[in-house]
Amino acid sequence: MLSAEAIIESFKTVLGDSLVGSRIYEREVAVKKNLFRAIWLHVEREAFRKAVEHICELQEYPHLAIISSADLGDRVELIYHFTLYYGHHLQELSLGLRVSLPKNDLKIPTITDIIPGALFTERETQEMMGVEVVGIPDKRRLFLPDDFPEGVYPWRTDETGPQDMLRVLPGRQQKHSDG
Amino acid sequence: MDETKARYTIPVGPIHPALKEPIRLDLEVDGELIVDVDVVVGQVHRGIEWLGMNRNNPIQNIYLSERVCGICNICHPFAYVMAVEQAMGITPPERAEYIRVITAEMERIHSHLLWAGVAAHEIGFDTVFYLVWRVREEIMDLVEYVTGNRVTKAMFQIGGVRRDITEEQFPRIRKSLDYYKSIFDQLRTIFLDDRTIRMRTRNVGILKTEDAFRLLAVGPTGRASGVPKDVRQDQPYGGYADLDVKAITPDLLTGVVVGDVYDRIVVRLLEVKQSVEIIEQCLEQMPPGPILAEPKIAKLLNALTKAEGEGIGRAEAPRGEVVHYVRLEAGRETLSNWKIRAPTYVNLMSIPTMLKGGQIADVPIAFASIDPCMSCTNRAVVVDLRTNRKSLLTDEELHQLSVEKTRKLKGDEFDKQ
Repeated sequence: MLSAEAIIESFKTVLGDSLVGSRIYEREVAVKKNLFRAIWLHVEREAFRKAVEHICELQEYPHLAIISSADLGDRVELIYHFTLYYGHHLQELSLGLRVSLPKNDLKIPTITDIIPGALFTERETQEMMGVEVVGIPDKRRLFLPDDFPEGVYPWRTDETGPQDMLRVLPGRQQKHSDG
Repeated sequence: MDETKARYTIPVGPIHPALKEPIRLDLEVDGELIVDVDVVVGQVHRGIEWLGMNRNNPIQNIYLSERVCGICNICHPFAYVMAVEQAMGITPPERAEYIRVITAEMERIHSHLLWAGVAAHEIGFDTVFYLVWRVREEIMDLVEYVTGNRVTKAMFQIGGVRRDITEEQFPRIRKSLDYYKSIFDQLRTIFLDDRTIRMRTRNVGILKTEDAFRLLAVGPTGRASGVPKDVRQDQPYGGYADLDVKAITPDLLTGVVVGDVYDRIVVRLLEVKQSVEIIEQCLEQMPPGPILAEPKIAKLLNALTKAEGEGIGRAEAPRGEVVHYVRLEAGRETLSNWKIRAPTYVNLMSIPTMLKGGQIADVPIAFASIDPCMSCTNRAVVVDLRTNRKSLLTDEELHQLSVEKTRKLKGDEFDKQ
C-alpha cells in the first residue's frame, strides 16, 4: 500500500500534465489521533479514464461510492468518490477524482466497463445533471419518472433547472434561476 | 420445448412483498425459474439533496438528513456532520465522538433485530418474528432512555452532540447490554441451527465474492459474500478510530463463505454481538470533557456561512456505508453542494445476480436479505406475454407462495424420517 503522497506521485507519473491539481486532507480523530485521510485529484477529461484505470491498479477492486456533480455556471464539475485500500485496519483513504466539463460540451466516457457497479450513479448523473455518459450500457432514467419533461435537469441552476416546476408555497415568491 | 413454455414478466411492486417501502422488480420467469430481473426505483424520490442546497441552512439539514431514512437516522446525520466539520474545519470534542459511536451501535442492534424479524416473517416463521421484535423492544427502550426518542433522535450537531451520556446512565445501559448477551445463544440456535430456516436460506440468493466486488456491494450484503469492507474498520471516524473493530465475514463462524441468505443472517447476528461489545468498550473508555465544540448556534451558523471548503463524511450504517459529500461556499447560507449515497443504492445492483436462477417463492426472502431501505407491498401484476393477459398477484398470494414452500420443505423432511 502506498502513502497518500506516493499515490499522488504515481498519478503524476501516469497522467503528466493532465493532472491539474492535487490535495491531501488529513484530520486527527478521537483520543488516539489516528488520521482520517482524503485525497482530492483534479484531472482533464481526456485523462479521466486513464486515471480510473490507474486507480484499479492501486487496488484491484476500488470502491466507487458515488458521483457528485455541481453546476458552477459555465461548467459542470463531477467528482467521482472512490475509496482505496478498504479491508485493512485504519488504512483506507477517500479519493475524490474531479473532472470539470464545459457547459457546451457535457460529455464524459462511461466507466461501467471497468467498474460495472458504476451504472446506477452514471444513470443518475445523466438524468439529473444532463451530462451525457458516452457508451453507457443502460440509457434509461433511474429515479425520474418516464413522464418527466425532456431537457429539464433537477440539479442545474441555469435555465434548464426545475425552477418552473416548483410549487410556490402561499406567501412566497417564485425563485428565479439566477437566485 | 421452448414453444410450449411461455415466459412471463412479473412486476413485483412498487408495493412490495418483501418490505414496507416502494420499489419495483420486473421478473422475467420461465415457469418457476427466474430468468432475468430489472430493478425500477424512484417511487419515493423526495429531492432531499435539492432542499439542502436551496431551502435549508446547514444546521437545519442535520434534521433533514435524519429523515432520509426511518431506521438509519443516526448514520445519515453522522456522515453529514462529519462532512460539514471537514468543510468548515471544526473538530468535535473526544467525548462527543464516543457518544456518537454509542448511538450508532444502538441503531445497528435495533436495525438488525428488525431485519431478523422481517426475514422470519418472509419465510412464514411468524413465531420467530414476534419473538425477535419483542427482544428488540429492549433496545428501543434503551434508545429512548439515552436519546429521548425512539425514532428521530436529534442527537447530532455540527461539532459534537446535543445530549450527554452521564455516569448515572451507565448501569441502565449495561443492563440492556447484559440482556442481549444472555439471549444471544438462544437467537443463534433459532436462526442458525433451525432446519427449516437453513433449508429456506442456504444456497438461496447467492452473490459470489467476485460479483460482490464488481457490483460494489457494501455492508452485511458485501461482507456475507466475503468482501471485508467495513468503514468502522477501514477508515478512522468517530470513536471507532480508537477501537479495534473487525469486519465480520461468515467464515468466522462457519468456516466458509457461500454468499447466500444464510450467510447474511450469520453476519448480522454476529454484528449484534459486536455492537454490544463496542458499546461496552465505549462506556469503559469514554473520555471526560465537553460535548460541543461550539455551543452557540448563532455563532456556528455565522461561521458556516463564512466557511469555504468541501468534505466527505463516511459512516457504517446497519446496511452498509453511507457517504455524504458537502461543499460550502463563502457568503452562501445553504450548502452549495450535497450528495448522499445510501447503502441500498449500490446493493440494489446485486439484486439481479442474486435472484437469477432462483424461484418466485424465494423472491421475498432473497430480496429482503439485503435489507433494502425503500418502502413495501400489496400487489404484483403477472403479464402473460403470449396472451397479454394480466392477472393480479397480491402480496398475500406471493407471501403465501413463500410460506407454502417452507411447509413443503418441512413436509418432505417429515416424509423422509
